Formats: sequence, structure tokens, C-alpha cells
Amino acid sequence: MYTFSSRLKTFSFILMIVGVLGIGYSFFTAPKDINDVEAILADQHGHHGDAHAEAADHHEAKDAHVQTADHSEAAHAEASHDAHGHAADAHGADAHNDEHHAHLEHVLHQLQNKPWAAVYVAALFFMLIALGALAFYAIQNAASAGWSPVVFRVMEGISAYLIPGAIIVFVLLVLGVMGTHHLFIWMDDEVVAHDHLIQGKSGYLNGTFFLIRAVIFMGGWILYRQYARKNSLAQDEANDNSYYKKNFKASAAFLVFFIVSESIMSWDWIMSVDPHWFSTLFGWYVFASFVVSAVTVIAMVTLYLKSKGYLEYVNTSHIHDLAKFMFGFSVFWTYLWFSQFMLIWYADIPEEITYFITRINDYNLPFFGMVVMNFVFPVLILINTDFKRLSWIVVMAGIIILCGHYIDFFNMIMPATVGDQWFIGAGEIGAILFFMGLFIFVVFSSIAKAPLLAKRNPLIEESKHFHY
Amino acid sequence: MSNKVIHVLYNDDDILMDAVKQTRAAHHHIEEIYTPFPVHGLDKAMGLAPTRIAICSFLYGLVGLSIATAMLRYIMIVDWPQDIGGKPSFSFIQNMPAFVPVMFEMTVFFAAHLMVITFYMRSKLWPFKEAENPDVRTTDDHFLMEVSVHGDVDQMVSFFENTGAVEVKVIEKH
Repeated sequence: MYTFSSRLKTFSFILMIVGVLGIGYSFFTAPKDINDVEAILADQHGHHGDAHAEAADHHEAKDAHVQTADHSEAAHAEASHDAHGHAADAHGADAHNDEHHAHLEHVLHQLQNKPWAAVYVAALFFMLIALGALAFYAIQNAASAGWSPVVFRVMEGISAYLIPGAIIVFVLLVLGVMGTHHLFIWMDDEVVAHDHLIQGKSGYLNGTFFLIRAVIFMGGWILYRQYARKNSLAQDEANDNSYYKKNFKASAAFLVFFIVSESIMSWDWIMSVDPHWFSTLFGWYVFASFVVSAVTVIAMVTLYLKSKGYLEYVNTSHIHDLAKFMFGFSVFWTYLWFSQFMLIWYADIPEEITYFITRINDYNLPFFGMVVMNFVFPVLILINTDFKRLSWIVVMAGIIILCGHYIDFFNMIMPATVGDQWFIGAGEIGAILFFMGLFIFVVFSSIAKAPLLAKRNPLIEESKHFHY
Repeated sequence: MSNKVIHVLYNDDDILMDAVKQTRAAHHHIEEIYTPFPVHGLDKAMGLAPTRIAICSFLYGLVGLSIATAMLRYIMIVDWPQDIGGKPSFSFIQNMPAFVPVMFEMTVFFAAHLMVITFYMRSKLWPFKEAENPDVRTTDDHFLMEVSVHGDVDQMVSFFENTGAVEVKVIEKH
């Protein structure tokens, strides 16, 4: 039986407090109106700021136009260009001023989105890790895997975070539908009224249906999690294998539900921040990203508990198997990442390619850096059989993989919500720390509630003596 | 010096594994073991060094990747940089995504085939090679351990008869 060490508990509370301070700071410093944005932009552009400030005073409209175009996104620059054409008219100055105003408005929205997007990315990332651990657990159950039952309780513990994690994500979605934040542009009636593409999708992308889907998916996942956990604990005290059989059937049914709900979930919560863009393999891509993170977290929590002497029967062969899954799913993620990227890059259809153009132009380092972190590094490190058995190598590779997949989710959400105003600062790091603290607290509290060895699992003996 | 060997035959892999352990403990030198199928853990029991073929394969993969990269760069970028359907052929990196499928397949091709050829060469396997089978039963249901003779032959024969052998033969090797 594991007891939640008070040091780890204190550590998780410190993470949460520091995280809340970081999140609070980023909300507090987000600009309130256009004047704040003007000051921020003046600050960012240094000496350009002077000309920029003058633009606000209707002076030197033409000069300022160049400045404005400088820090506009591509579409906006085009709009400015049109305005420039009108500059010859008597109303030129006015028209330009409107453009400048619209640009400031645009940046204001991006900067106001920033703290929300930071919280949303971190909340989603940690919730999906719990969901990935649950899916992995269901696969192990349905496949009657002989090696993994000794780490079932670790997986169950990690999946416990699904309940608070899903509730937080759901609250964020509800706040979006209510209009508190503007991460999802299609939730804004004003925008939809002028956007035929979104209007065409509003049968699917509308607040009510969106929340109903979220409730069904989250409800289904949590239901399976609670049911499987209950049966797993009941099997410890049972005289026959009826609870094991129930779990087997429930796992198979859950996996069917999971793959459908996961795919739709990724369209709803991630792809719909870019409502003009679509990709068919997106659901698989998101799945690969969070399942590799989940396997990594399972390996890291197992190694932590093992190092504290709680997992008597876990040997290097179990770690080796988890590391193989980390390696394999990393390659799988890369395969899907590249398939999605290369197909769109090759065909170069304007309506699809904008997705990658914004990422390559504004997010160059995170976009390609994550490929190095999620593919090159794990492939070179975890390809070696001996390395896969060394705790410190698995932990080090795990940290890189987790950071890489956080950046992956960052790359999925941020370009559509904050655009080129992104930065990994107090808000982003604060959100990661807060959810990491909450994750550690919930997971280890849950692990402390049950014995770490599933006693009467029919495959437990095989798992105890598993040797590769 | 005589080059006598003892051929010890078994009809069960568990008995064989135990015999191998006893033989090693008694410091008899095992020349070779012939089995009809892979016996899990036999190499460890015999104390054989681990294979390095995976390291070879990795290096061959790097060779394949290098050849694919050099080939595509020379053909598509250096030699005749045509505009084919608007694909940018100004530098290698610009058109790299289109080359990745070839680079991947060449890596796998080299890693796989050269590793197999390495295996054949190191295990001395080729067509028309004369089979080195000391006893035809070892391809069907018998296990044969070949031990070099040193010291008292009779003592060794009685030792192997006690390890569960179904047959022990002393053979003069050429």
C-alpha cells in the first residue's frame, strides 16, 4: 500500500500556488483596451514605435501605413493594401485610420486570448494524458496482455485525473460558449454573420450541440474509468473471475466508443479553433500525441514508485516494454505529423496550406523544434535495447517527449488564438505548473487509495515473472 | 593430439538446458549444439556473446539514408533543377518533404538487405553449401550437443549418460 509522501504533496501544492500566481499575472497584465495594445506594440517595435504613435494622430498616414503592414498578418496586409489604394481619395486618411484601428482591435483580441489559451492548452494536455493512460489500460485489458497487470494500478491512478481534468476543460468550453473568452471564433455570432464558411458549418459547430457532445464524451470516458476501477478493486476480493470478465468486455466496448469520441473530440476542441481548416487524419494525429505522452507518464510514475520501493514485481523488462511503446508511439506520431504536413505541402491548396504557413512563419522554432524533440531524440536514444532498461535514460527521454508534446498542443491551439503574439511566458508556464501540481496531487492520492498490486488478476502471476 | 568429440543426443529441450548447465559447471567445452528449433535462453546458458547484427543494421541504415540524400540532392537540385509542377528546387531543404518517402525506403532497404547478407556471410550460408548436419534426427525431434574430449573419455561418457541423454557417441573428427 502506497502512502502519499508529505514532501510530494507539499511539492504539488507549491506547483499549484506558483501556477495560479503565473496565470493570475498573465490575466492581470493582459491589455484591457486599444490604448494598452498601442503601448505594447510601440514597446515591441522600438524605434518603429514613434511612427506608429504618430499614425494614431492622423499624421503621415502613408509612412504609418508601411509600419502597420509590417506587423500585420498576411490577410490584414492585403486589406491595408486596398486601403492604400484609396489613400489618393479625399477620404484616404480616414480609410487608413480605420485599417489601423482594425489592426489594433485584432492584436487586442489576440493578446486577450493569450492567458485563456495558455490555460486551455495546459488543461487539455493534462486531461488527454489521463485519457491516454485510460485508453492504454483498456487496450492492455482487451488484449489480455500478460506483462502489464503489475502496473495496472499505476494506470488506474493516472486515469483518476480524468475526472477533475475533464471538468476543468468542460468549464473552459462552457465559458467559451458563454462568450467569456474568444478561443473559438465560431462561437462569436458577429463573426459568423459575416462568414459564409462558418455559416455552412453551423449545423455542427453551434454552442448547444458542441456542449452536448462534450458531455457525452467526457461522461462516457469517466463512466468507463469508474466502472473499470471498481471491478479491478472488486476482483482483488472475489472468488472467481467474473469481475475480470466484466472488465474485459467493458474495455472492448470502451475502445470502440473511445476511437469514435476521440476523433470527434479532436475536431471539436482542437481543430475548430481554426474553423476554416480541416484535415482527415487529425483525430489520429492528436491520439498519437497524447497516447505517447500517457505511456511516458506511466513509465515515469512507475519508475518513481519503484525507486521508492513500492513496486516489488516491476523489473527492467516491464520498463523495457514501456520504453518500447514510447519509442513506437513516437515514431507513429511522427508518421502522422509528416503525413499530414507533406500531403498538404505537396498539394499546396490555398485553403489548407494557410494552416502550415502561419505555423512555419510565426512558429518556426516550436513547429520544427517539436519534431526534433518528439522524433529525432527518442529515436536515437530509445533505439538501444540496453538504454531502454536504464531508469535515468527513460526518465530523461520522457521529459523531452512530454515537453515536445506540450509544444505540439501549443502549436495546434496558439496560431489560431494568439497568432504571432505568442510567447512562452508567465501565463503558459504558470498554467503548466498549476495543472502539473493538480495532476500529481490527484494521481498520487488515487494511487494511495488501493494496493499497488492487483491481487487476483488471472494474468498477475505471468506479469510478476515477466522477463524479456 | 586426437581430435575426438562426444556427440550427446537429447529428445527434450528442458533436459538439454539442464545438461548444458551441468556441462558448463563441469568445465567441459561445448563445441556446438544442434537443435530443430530455437531454444529460448540456450545462448545465455551456453555463455555465447550477444549478437552485434543490430548495430550493423543501424549503420547500414545510415548508409542508405546518406545515399538517398546525396542521390536526390544531386539529381533534383544540383544537376538539373527543373520546375516540376511548381515544386521549389532551389535548395535541398526547400523540396525535402517530397524526398522523405524515398529517403525512408532507402534507409529501410539498406538496413534490411545488408543485415541479411551480413547474417549469411557470418553464418556461412549460401546456395549449394554442403549441410553440416552431424545427425539427421537433429532437424526433426532430437537435440545434439557436441563436446570436445579432454582427459578420460570413459569418465566423460558416463558423465553425459547421467545428464539425461538418449545416446552418447564418441566420434573421430576429421
